[in-house]
Amino acid sequence: MLELLLVPFLEATIRTATPLAFAALGELVSERAGVINLGMEGAIIAGCLGGAAAALAGGSGIGYLGAAAAGLALASVFAFFVVRVGSDQIITGTAITVLGLGVTGTVFHLAPTLVGVGAALPTTGPIALPILSHIPVVGRVLFTQPAPTYALYVLVPLVAWWMRHTHAGLALRAVGESPAAAAAAGVAAGRVRALAIAFSGAMGGLCGGTLVLAQVGSFNENMSAGRGFIAIAIVVLGRWTPWGTAGAALVFGAAFALQYLVQSLGLALPYQLFLAMPYVLTLVLLATQRGRAVAPAHLGR
Amino acid sequence: MEALLAFWDGAFGSAFAVLSATLVRATPLLFVGLAVALAFRAGVLNIGAEGQLVLGAIGASAVALATPTWPRALVVLAMLLAGAAAGGLWAGIAALLRRRFHVLEVISTIMLNFVAAALVSWMVRGPLQEPTRVYPMSESFAAAARWPFLVPGQRLHLGFALGLLAAGMLWFVLRHTAAGFRIRAVGAGPRAAASAGAVDVSRVTARAFIASGALAGLAGASEVGGVTWALYEGISPGYGYTAIAVALLARLDPRWVVVTAIGFGALEAGGAAMQRTAGVPAVAVQIVTATTLLAVLGATRWRARRRREAGA
Repeated sequence: MLELLLVPFLEATIRTATPLAFAALGELVSERAGVINLGMEGAIIAGCLGGAAAALAGGSGIGYLGAAAAGLALASVFAFFVVRVGSDQIITGTAITVLGLGVTGTVFHLAPTLVGVGAALPTTGPIALPILSHIPVVGRVLFTQPAPTYALYVLVPLVAWWMRHTHAGLALRAVGESPAAAAAAGVAAGRVRALAIAFSGAMGGLCGGTLVLAQVGSFNENMSAGRGFIAIAIVVLGRWTPWGTAGAALVFGAAFALQYLVQSLGLALPYQLFLAMPYVLTLVLLATQRGRAVAPAHLGR
Repeated sequence: MEALLAFWDGAFGSAFAVLSATLVRATPLLFVGLAVALAFRAGVLNIGAEGQLVLGAIGASAVALATPTWPRALVVLAMLLAGAAAGGLWAGIAALLRRRFHVLEVISTIMLNFVAAALVSWMVRGPLQEPTRVYPMSESFAAAARWPFLVPGQRLHLGFALGLLAAGMLWFVLRHTAAGFRIRAVGAGPRAAASAGAVDVSRVTARAFIASGALAGLAGASEVGGVTWALYEGISPGYGYTAIAVALLARLDPRWVVVTAIGFGALEAGGAAMQRTAGVPAVAVQIVTATTLLAVLGATRWRARRRREAGA
């Protein structure tokens, strides 16, 4: 029972949580600088396309670089409008997402060979870590995963430490609480926000790269499927902390993985119920979590 | 060049292009554009017109399929009511989450868009599937549930006239009634409106939110009643997102929404023609939508308005 159902479920939870965690970590950093990045969805789909194209050109390693670069490029447009022009974050973010979906969809239709429809896309499979992967249950769940998951094992503690213990991390949080006060203290608020957005874009791109190169194995139109918006919910649920965000990403990973579990149990439930599950969960969690969580004071302005 | 010619022919090249392509595609955009404009006017960032449209389509389809023997006028009226009620209900969930639990409507309405997509996918494979149970669609509507055409021989249908009527009514309500004044006051500055004493801000925003959903629901009713005559999964190619551009470009003025909706209708119609004859994919229209939005943002500095709204 355990080996047949629980282990594959937990394994799938980690696997589906991985791209979500990248996007959510990026969103967290931009929100701590006071910017809701609704363009995250666009950065993710750009990362999917960039990852696929770069991987075809130079292998899977280059693929991840290409994915991060594509997310970064789209986020730079967002940063320009939000920081330089001073336009509304929500509307700009929506426009950036529509732009990302439009550009990637157009490329997909015009140049299908470029993104590897039918072509063999170099993908990255699970790597069993020596020794650790032999631990019962935990070994298969945590230490037999594709490389991006291991990258997160390093990245989450790193971001947590950086945010708490470095000067730059303090500047980031100060800008999110009060850009005016931060500026008075000598922090270039606009630059901090722009860099935070750039980081969130690169992370969104890696989310897309992971989807294409470590999970699906091909690029498809609209394959980001709302993960950018879920990332925002994850940050709220994780109460704007890196560890909380990682934990919340696991909750959502489990919600996505539930459909595999139900399939293997052979329950006759409509599959659309499980398609809707992560989104319903987001709503329920937001409704119950809000109020106890502390958002950066200047978020969204 | 070939693509541009195809675009022009498809959007404006003939009476058929205008009456059967451009204005038909402008119709749902008119309703959802008004929906977004109304919500934004009240300070509600309703990004969920897409889901509310889908719910409206489900509601109107359910009524159309349940009343095969009713007279046409009655069926059309019932479809309108069901579409508006379903769209309003869907927005009502987000309104309730905002009012009771302080959930950001930007997130909740987007989540509800995905839930709505799953719901319609289930409907056309479950309760509302056609009787042979082969295709993921509902049965074709009876003749009475197919909305009348406005011009003989053209596909322009009743929905467009109703959309114009809705635009006129919304303009009148916002401009000349007490309710409209309250909405504008709340949208312009919730704190000022609250401290002026006469306005229950939370109630006004919730009602405007639900009315916005009802308008988006009408878009769905009008699509199934006037265009597809059956319920499909892909009932909206992202009209709810285009609606944000439609409303913003019109500066949230219902009269200008008519103009921008027709503009984006032409864009969609031309884009479809471009795909047919020149092989340029129709999703390229989204690039134009996004670029337009960014250009408008750059030009109008939306933020100044929002700053005032927040009372900061």
